[in-house]
Amino acid sequence: MDLDRNKVVLARETAGKIADRLHSWIGDYTTTTTERAAARLLGIDGVDKADVPLPNVMVEKLEQEGILNRGLVPWLARAVVARNESPQKIAEGLAEGKFDVSSVPDCPKNEWRAVADALAAEAAAKIKAVKNKREEMKKKAAPPSKPMLYVIVATGNVYEDAVQARAAGLQGADIVAVIRHTGQSLLDYVPYGPTTEGFGGTYATQDNFKIVRKALDEAGEETGRYISLVNYASGLCMPEISAMGAIERLDMMLNDAMYGVLFRDINMRRTFIDQHFSRMINAYAGIIINTGEDNYLTTADAYDKGYTVLASQFINEQLALRSGLKEEQMGLGHAFEIDPAMEDGLLMEIAQAQLCRELFPKSPLKYMPPTKHVTGDIFNTYLVNGMFNLVSVMTGQEIQLLGMLTEAIHTPFISDRYLSIANSQYIFNNARHLGDEIIFAPGGRVQERAAYLLDEACKMLQTIEEISLETAMEQGLFADIKRSRDGGKGSSGVLVRDKDYYNPFFDLFMNRSKSAEGRLS
Amino acid sequence: MDLDLTKVKTYGDTLNDGALQVSFTLPVPAGDEAKEAARQIALKMGLEAPAVTKMADLGAGFTFFVLYGKCTHTVDYSKIKIPKQQQKVLSFKEVNALIKNKLGRKVAVVAACTGSDAHTVGIDAIINMKGYKGEYGLERYSEIDAYNLGSQVPNDELLARAVELNADAILVSQVVTQKNIHLENLTELIELAEAEGLRDRVLMICGGPRISHELAIELGYDAGFGAGTLPYHVASYIAAELVRREKNGK
Repeated sequence: MDLDRNKVVLARETAGKIADRLHSWIGDYTTTTTERAAARLLGIDGVDKADVPLPNVMVEKLEQEGILNRGLVPWLARAVVARNESPQKIAEGLAEGKFDVSSVPDCPKNEWRAVADALAAEAAAKIKAVKNKREEMKKKAAPPSKPMLYVIVATGNVYEDAVQARAAGLQGADIVAVIRHTGQSLLDYVPYGPTTEGFGGTYATQDNFKIVRKALDEAGEETGRYISLVNYASGLCMPEISAMGAIERLDMMLNDAMYGVLFRDINMRRTFIDQHFSRMINAYAGIIINTGEDNYLTTADAYDKGYTVLASQFINEQLALRSGLKEEQMGLGHAFEIDPAMEDGLLMEIAQAQLCRELFPKSPLKYMPPTKHVTGDIFNTYLVNGMFNLVSVMTGQEIQLLGMLTEAIHTPFISDRYLSIANSQYIFNNARHLGDEIIFAPGGRVQERAAYLLDEACKMLQTIEEISLETAMEQGLFADIKRSRDGGKGSSGVLVRDKDYYNPFFDLFMNRSKSAEGRLS
Repeated sequence: MDLDLTKVKTYGDTLNDGALQVSFTLPVPAGDEAKEAARQIALKMGLEAPAVTKMADLGAGFTFFVLYGKCTHTVDYSKIKIPKQQQKVLSFKEVNALIKNKLGRKVAVVAACTGSDAHTVGIDAIINMKGYKGEYGLERYSEIDAYNLGSQVPNDELLARAVELNADAILVSQVVTQKNIHLENLTELIELAEAEGLRDRVLMICGGPRISHELAIELGYDAGFGAGTLPYHVASYIAAELVRREKNGK
């Protein structure tokens, strides 16, 4: 594509500065869900009599005592020392009112720290074991050909989801996402137990994760493949969902640094703090994140605002690096959303997709199908999806969310998924090495568009660096959506850390020595 | 053969051939029995001479069919009456002028995505300043005070805000239609509005990709807007209807 390498370096450095500016304050705070995630990592699960999850019960009680700003783990470790019980037993006892927060006596710091670190190390070892198991299973399985086929199931009943997920796996899907209940992003707790009556999807719960995991493992076993499971570490409980996913061997998580602010009106500070711990967990668990830049193009025009996707990818990359994610774990997102009526629109799609590929060479790029301009004409949609698949195989995309011919009509039927897989398999096979044969005309339409996008993304990043990301979001630079700095949901769950704050997972998950390095070229 | 509008049937390439195509899935494994089952389903649907042109094994005991047949049913086209919005569509400027000249006050519009629905794409396109496809949203209209309450707004809260803001119109958007949740939400809103004596004081309008004007009327709304609606469509309806009601002294 003959890109201006200086511009590429500039974009990356500028995004790095934007991320650093956020990180100058992220570490001064914690959030309720960050502490609940720590509880979950330590094995605390279940609900009290009123169906309140035990991690919430604990966090609320610590908050009432005014000591949540020191972190949940220090108190829990002291309770373990005092009561000689497991974290789960302590959570249950606290919920049942057998004792209260203030009744746990203090003990020498070295004593509770040793207990805290041992518990955390044990939890980390469990996650590592899950990660190792995934790697082993992948080794035994046939490697997926790329782009990998990603489909969604969304029945609202997890048992039906499991049937559909298994069928999708048997039909050839490499990746299955279980769509989450539309209401979950704004719940400040993670629901408990299997979902049988969800609208627009099922809740992300630990039981639901388990049920679908099992179905996909069975389909994988039958076909000699490894089928990846996806859910959503987003909303008000980002790190908790990551923790559950790490335990239940989820393979991918939708996990964007800005999505919640823009599209769910969640408080900025809350989101930036939450995404940090959430991504740290994903990094350690070997989970691939998917970022949500595609969403910008559902509200803003894909042709006019293509560069905002690029700018956001650079920011998402730099923030992800600062949470310990490797480039190979960053499924940076973009989408095929240019109006199909546009002359040479396909060329513009190729330019953007190829540009993403060249700018983020190690990223398993996540490519999203057309949704905005497909309106229920299934025959037309099937054809547009074919064009989308062609661009994907030609430009080396990796995670291909398959377009459904019934997009904008209903959540996919089992046959819709079959047809989408057939569409992509035909094109991916039939045009497998097309990309190797293509050289873009120097200074031609595609190269010119790519240069323009990179140029505009650089300018946007420089503006953001000047005014800060928070101000940029206040001004509506992404997705044409404006969010105020102090507005949005969940701000009451943000706490300034006490000087004695401690969360052993930060050290464990971060590989401190490597964390500060940004990728600068 | 002449077309008889009292007996219309599907058309392939010859009048009254009744030809049509359907596709569906049966929860049985692919095979001759499955094919026969598909054929029998088609017969019960009123298709003559059904022919399965494609049978695909979906795995896990499901089979997909594409099938052609000839419809035996007819409909009486001449008797069909569909309620339609009567007034002509006005432009951005015309709407503002109409409100200013005929009502002489600002029009308050309250909008939300209700229930568990978090999809604000539709309501944002209609309400937000920027609008959609180059057409300004209601916030941009000088004579309209538009309030977008966002997503997942409970019905009672929407009504409370409507009272507080003395709204002339309530716009409710429903995108998620799984298990007909949108119908439940929309019905509940109307019932609540009636219970609170609000129904006749305010224009109730619903919208979404699966909403039609006809459905809206059936549910007790004043109007419904489906896919492809632009902000000025909604604005001109509101303006014209308010003017009409004021004339009638309502």
